[in-house]
Amino acid sequence: MEYKDYYQIMGVARDASADDIKRAYRRLARKYHPDVSKEKDAEARFKEVGEAYEVLRDPEKRAAYDALGARKPGEDFKRPADWQFDYGAEPDVAGAHSDFFEQLFGGLGRGGRGSFRSRGFDTAGQVEVTLEEAFKGTERRLSLQRVAVDERGRAQPTTQQLTVRIPAGVVDGQRVRVSSQGEPGVGGGPPGDLFLEVRLLPHRWFRAEGRDIWLDLPVTPWEAALGETVRVPTLGGRVDLKVPKGSQTDRQLRLRGRGLPGSPPGDQLVVLKIVTPAPSTPADEAFYKEMAAKLPTNPRQAMEGAS
Amino acid sequence: MTDPISAVLLDDSVEFSLTEVCAACSVSEELVIEIVAEGIVEPLGRDRAQWRFTGIALTRVQRVLRLQHDFGVNLAGAALALDLLEELERLRRAQRSSD
Repeated sequence: MEYKDYYQIMGVARDASADDIKRAYRRLARKYHPDVSKEKDAEARFKEVGEAYEVLRDPEKRAAYDALGARKPGEDFKRPADWQFDYGAEPDVAGAHSDFFEQLFGGLGRGGRGSFRSRGFDTAGQVEVTLEEAFKGTERRLSLQRVAVDERGRAQPTTQQLTVRIPAGVVDGQRVRVSSQGEPGVGGGPPGDLFLEVRLLPHRWFRAEGRDIWLDLPVTPWEAALGETVRVPTLGGRVDLKVPKGSQTDRQLRLRGRGLPGSPPGDQLVVLKIVTPAPSTPADEAFYKEMAAKLPTNPRQAMEGAS
Repeated sequence: MTDPISAVLLDDSVEFSLTEVCAACSVSEELVIEIVAEGIVEPLGRDRAQWRFTGIALTRVQRVLRLQHDFGVNLAGAALALDLLEELERLRRAQRSSD
């Protein structure tokens, strides 16, 4: 078991006052709270800070912890044989505490806990899915860090593998609930739930906005001018799209119901992007010149009139 | 290998009763009623027995409870933080998708 330096975690001196500790906690909570923070390891840091605060805010726990003496963080540590801590009538129910905390203050599953019964904590995580997976639904194999209590009442960290089916139609930032896969309950209480936040990975062509899918579609000037049927990729496969005659760049066409599934399903919005072929031979240039002569046009006419 | 466990999409298509919301959040009915009175979520249905909360509402209740508990603020303060956080997330998403 590794020793944890709660003072270092909270960035306060060993003789910090209760007010100093509270201030440090509030500041760190704002920085690392998983609902607020965009730091990558926010959740782990928040739990660590919460655990440190749980000990240092409580005069009895703090005194017991101080009595262990200052050690190096991460130093191998064994609970002193004469360690005694009165856990009180009800434990501060352990959500995701470190092994170190459980050994000293947890009291989890250690006989004589009476009839205390509580639902396990909810846990949270993130999953990243591609747009194709969001469209069809997918499965994810997750590794969850758990604290299991062995037959001698000691908390042991374990890793549990779990396969979760993510339903079709998730959107970016969406939360999904996996029932009963949070922390185990205490004293026969029901387990908590696992909540996963879904992040959609960027796609080469498609862009998701809610359930709508946007696609920039390159077309030739003659496809746009003459109005032709073109093949368009969608998440559900290719479809034919009739480009209206006389279309310009940035024209938006809607493929109803071709976005992410749901009720109602999203649409796919196609934005035409006219691609002008670069003339690569003298013959190409001659052809453009012929067009200039036969199709005289001034797209800047409105601007000229304005100034 | 074990069978995959299905995740439930917490969107507008799933609904939870007051009792289910209380169980999912491990809080009393009174507290959820207070959250409704604060205007943080608007359940469907006329009276409490018929209240239905969408998956999005459940998520908001859970987040506001976490903010309230972890920052030691009252419900109104937690609600304000939640509104601002959701606005920030919406702007970040819009920025990401236009990058």
